[in-house]
Amino acid sequence: MPTDTQPSSDTQSTTSDSILVADGVTRKFGGLTAVDVEHFEIQRGKITALIGPNGAGKTTFFNLLTGFDEPDSGEWTFNGQSLHGVPPYKVARKGMVRTFQLTKVLSRLKVIENMRLGATGQRGEKFLPSLFRGLWSAQEKENTDRAMDLLARFKLDAKADDFAGSLSGGQRKLLEMARALMVDPELIMLDEPMAGVNPALKQSLLGHVKSLRDEGRTVLFVEHDMDMVRDISDWVVVMAQGKIVAEGPPDTVMANQAVIDAYLGAHHDAALTHETEEEILAAAEAELEAEAEAEENS
Amino acid sequence: MEWSSVLSGAIEQGIGPSAIIYCLAAIGLNIHFGYTGLLNFGQAAFMMVGGYALGSLIQTWGWPLFPSLIVGLLMAVVLALVLGVPTLRLRADYLAIATIAAAEAIRQVLGSAALNDEFGGQDGRYGFVDGMRSLNFIPSGGVHFLGLDFRSYDFFIMIVGWTLALLLCGFVYLLMRSPWGRVLKSIREDEDAVRSLGKNVYSYKMQALVLGGVIGALAGIMSGLATSNVAPSDFATDTTFFTYTVLLIGGAARVFGPVAGALIFWFFISGLDLFFDKMTSGANPTIPESIMTDDQASLMRLIFLGLILMLIMIYRPQGIFGDRRELAIDAH
Repeated sequence: MPTDTQPSSDTQSTTSDSILVADGVTRKFGGLTAVDVEHFEIQRGKITALIGPNGAGKTTFFNLLTGFDEPDSGEWTFNGQSLHGVPPYKVARKGMVRTFQLTKVLSRLKVIENMRLGATGQRGEKFLPSLFRGLWSAQEKENTDRAMDLLARFKLDAKADDFAGSLSGGQRKLLEMARALMVDPELIMLDEPMAGVNPALKQSLLGHVKSLRDEGRTVLFVEHDMDMVRDISDWVVVMAQGKIVAEGPPDTVMANQAVIDAYLGAHHDAALTHETEEEILAAAEAELEAEAEAEENS
Repeated sequence: MEWSSVLSGAIEQGIGPSAIIYCLAAIGLNIHFGYTGLLNFGQAAFMMVGGYALGSLIQTWGWPLFPSLIVGLLMAVVLALVLGVPTLRLRADYLAIATIAAAEAIRQVLGSAALNDEFGGQDGRYGFVDGMRSLNFIPSGGVHFLGLDFRSYDFFIMIVGWTLALLLCGFVYLLMRSPWGRVLKSIREDEDAVRSLGKNVYSYKMQALVLGGVIGALAGIMSGLATSNVAPSDFATDTTFFTYTVLLIGGAARVFGPVAGALIFWFFISGLDLFFDKMTSGANPTIPESIMTDDQASLMRLIFLGLILMLIMIYRPQGIFGDRRELAIDAH
């Protein structure tokens, strides 16, 4: 598929400041090649959107990068360190934290406990020290303060003592994002943060994503709604059928014919022109005539 | 036999050695199932390795009490590792399958005729509690109060057992209010979420399996000490399921759930037993033999126990200490 914005184009070369670089990553499910990405990069301190129609392999690619799934081939590095074969929890500790398309809040834990879980390097999470509150209570207090600040930022502070399972779908998205921030990641990867969220909350979520970049984090997010992407992303990568078909700044990418085809399918929903309409009509008439003739002959 | 003897008999059993054994086993299972969400269907195996290590080391190999006891607990650690290493990376159901199979396999091996000299076949090991008896400080006449009668050694076992159970409850309380306990509870809710936040889920599941298993072994050891006998029939699959019953009656993921569950379970099961025994015994029984013979009466307790369990599940599914609001929340 020839396009004017090929993957790894000159606008984004390997020499620039990439936080994550992936090469030749493939994942097959039986005969289906779900992901076949030749080259993929994320620029530090930018918002990168990974878009594509349903079934394009975005989430699978996401799982591969974060260690939740193992690729059949390929190499990828985060801050220059290879992540091949690194288990998910170590990927997170390196500073690359993800959220999930179907939110995974811990329902029967309180919102604040969900948040505290995210904090790293907790002394109280070791078996023996956990028995002695004195060893971890100061750290727990710091974590709680930080958690409350984040909850306030995401307007969930009033819900701190509710069970996470009692939150609405949109609030769960917010909680998941806030919880990921408790890990203090360099790169935060959001899998469809806007899915199933009402329009008003979408705007506020978009604002939150921007604010992540403004505080110096790198953001990668998966989305299949192109309009959502246009406003906030600095760089857009388009996937279709497992491959990256185009990438570039949002406006360029949106105008790309390959992207439109990938999105809508080459003949899905396309408005019928006058000529094609006539062709179809003529064909139908010819068919009817042929049938009528066949009946007369019998 | 007076009617009040039914009540006092039920209370004696309700707080007696059997209740302690199941209480301890359920405290261990609570760490597995209640807090971490590990489906361990082989708690009987952990009890068995503990009890058999104690019994066979003392009777067969002539070890003293305390080293045998320590080895019994270590055997539970070994069993937990053997079961956990291959299964804890997999989905939850694999642990369930592995534990139920392992429990039965271990039971068959320890009860086999080929190992008769070491483990005593179907009779198991017995008469190995001299070391424990020598520690008994209760007067030899036994203890009598409020119409309850306990033999001296039984009362000693009860004091040791309930002290142990309360200490373990305190221990579980300290663990579960800590960040360590929070990780376990989070794994129960959604382990992928916990992974995504940088926690080594496998390690925590293993720690939980070992800890709950060691407490299970302690239950097996208490069982051996209380009855002066360990036999394969003590550790059949229904032991595990009675333990689950105890845990669910009391309320899973509650510190005192296993204690309340064990008290209630043994009060009812022995109370029903005594009640139907009384109704069908004597020359002119209250329930005529044409309706029920005394052989059939001994099965009535299981029927009524099933009924009680159903009623609890319908009207109080969260158990005695559970929080209904918590249960109402959909897991996802």
